[in-house]
Amino acid sequence: MNMTTIQARFQLDYGDFKLDVDLKLPGTGITVLFGHSGSGKTTLLRCIAGLQRAPQGFLEINGHIWQDSERDLFLPTYKRPLGYVFQEANLFPHLTVRDNLHYGLKRIKQNSGTVKLEQTLDLLGIGHLLERMPGHLSGGERQRVAIARALALNPEVLLMDEPLASLDFKRKQEILPFLSRLHQQLDIPVLYVTHSQQEVAQLADTLVIMEDGRALASGPLSETQSRLDVPLAQDREAATVWQAAVAEHEADYHLTRVAFAGGSLSLPAVDAEIGTPLRVQIYARDVSIALEAPTATSILNVLPATITGIADGRDGQSVVLLQVGDQALLAHITRKSALLLGLQIGMEVYVQIKGTSLLN
Amino acid sequence: MLNAADMATLWLTFKVAGIATLLMLLFGTPLAWWLARTTSRWKSICNALVSLPLVLPPTVLGFYLLIMLGPNGPIGHLTAELGLGTLPFTFPGLVVASVLYSLPFVVQPLQSSFTSIGEQPLEAAATLRAGPLDTFFSVIVPLAKPGFLTASILGFTHTVGEFGVVLMVGGNIPDKTRVVSVQIYNHVEALEYTEAHWLAGILMLFSFSVLMVLYTVLKTQPVAHPLK
Repeated sequence: MNMTTIQARFQLDYGDFKLDVDLKLPGTGITVLFGHSGSGKTTLLRCIAGLQRAPQGFLEINGHIWQDSERDLFLPTYKRPLGYVFQEANLFPHLTVRDNLHYGLKRIKQNSGTVKLEQTLDLLGIGHLLERMPGHLSGGERQRVAIARALALNPEVLLMDEPLASLDFKRKQEILPFLSRLHQQLDIPVLYVTHSQQEVAQLADTLVIMEDGRALASGPLSETQSRLDVPLAQDREAATVWQAAVAEHEADYHLTRVAFAGGSLSLPAVDAEIGTPLRVQIYARDVSIALEAPTATSILNVLPATITGIADGRDGQSVVLLQVGDQALLAHITRKSALLLGLQIGMEVYVQIKGTSLLN
Repeated sequence: MLNAADMATLWLTFKVAGIATLLMLLFGTPLAWWLARTTSRWKSICNALVSLPLVLPPTVLGFYLLIMLGPNGPIGHLTAELGLGTLPFTFPGLVVASVLYSLPFVVQPLQSSFTSIGEQPLEAAATLRAGPLDTFFSVIVPLAKPGFLTASILGFTHTVGEFGVVLMVGGNIPDKTRVVSVQIYNHVEALEYTEAHWLAGILMLFSFSVLMVLYTVLKTQPVAHPLK
């Protein structure tokens, strides 16, 4: 598991924009390329797809070399076994949904595609749309068809360029569960471009943070999220995502206890069987720090923690990185509190978690 | 009513227009595709050259063609060397002149159609394993259908309606190069107004009906690119 199967090295220079990355990414799970517009995340994805050609580039996926500028090797997009989902669904307007789905299928040799397509239709809930024209679909439906069209090819890697960005909030909520489900069922690596922290929290296993055409940080989600040297940790929406599992239901209190490596949390009741894996997101602004175990508090989730890092945040804030059990946790507190409490690296403290959100 | 000579000019006119339209689609499509996509510095020159017949008096184009295709012209030399004889005052010469004269009416609708399709469908096709030629026939051609329809109809009707170039390059040889527009001129010269009326009326009716059909069909066509 998690052995590196994607190696991507690209350099290109458009004068006002430069891309310069050298990444090794895992061959499983969802890798999110995160950054603001102009950070180069989409360009990177397009270089991987071969839609754009970086003059200096090396790309190896699953042991196959798709580009090697040293040897003047560049596989054109249509010869790369990939699936691509565009920001705007980009369905062929002259073809029905069915013909859109079969367009790529007809052009691959293997026969396994049809079975795959059936499963994908179920998964994405678009079986009833087959005879429609793309012009008569809602934005969310179009995007689901586009995802199915890419998956039907049984690709070796799935590339998604802000697939939710052009949708309104309601449509996003309609598709995110599908993506989460995909996540559990797909055995191929997914590279997912977004500028939304919510999508990062909900989908990412690996996170690559892009800025000014460079990869600032790259690694497993919780590790990268909690790096103090990356601006993400200082963002108002900064959060940490914990992998946990349902441990116990407290029906009387309408609560569920979930266990994570090194401790447990109480959440509002979750309708899931014991042992079900969950993602719990904790916003840094919802975490406060106490030097001693608070004895009288309404906050349920009070956990012992060790301070592993402190950095200055924005607007008089301090960003504190803590270790809770085996999990990293970010806290945003005021600089004044940090000073008054005399917080220092290595200190044993207690964190109070005011709120959590469940991501799947 | 129409006499045999008039019928012959009508037949010849439609034959020239039909063959010329096919040739224009054949050569005009790749040309329009290239013009729609290239960033080459030759693009402006090519655009201007193709559009020249729109603004030049047909006699100017006809005059130069006559010289180029004639026995002392470079193309005339070539065709003579190849054993094809020279083209002026022959049916093939008429077709060649018509193709050059009507080309902008085919290239421009195609070019703007190709441009409006944009990169997106091409990129989608590429990510779905379609090579360039495959993409052209499975995506571009169906999406550019209104463009092809407009190009064919404008190319055909414009060729039917030409006069100056035909007269310069083709002349006025019955059954070989005498087309309707020239025949109308002959009739008027000879004060045969009834005959002129018949032919002129037929052309008028033909052109109007065809254009009317074109615009009606275009109106019902879905927009080339409804996804934005």
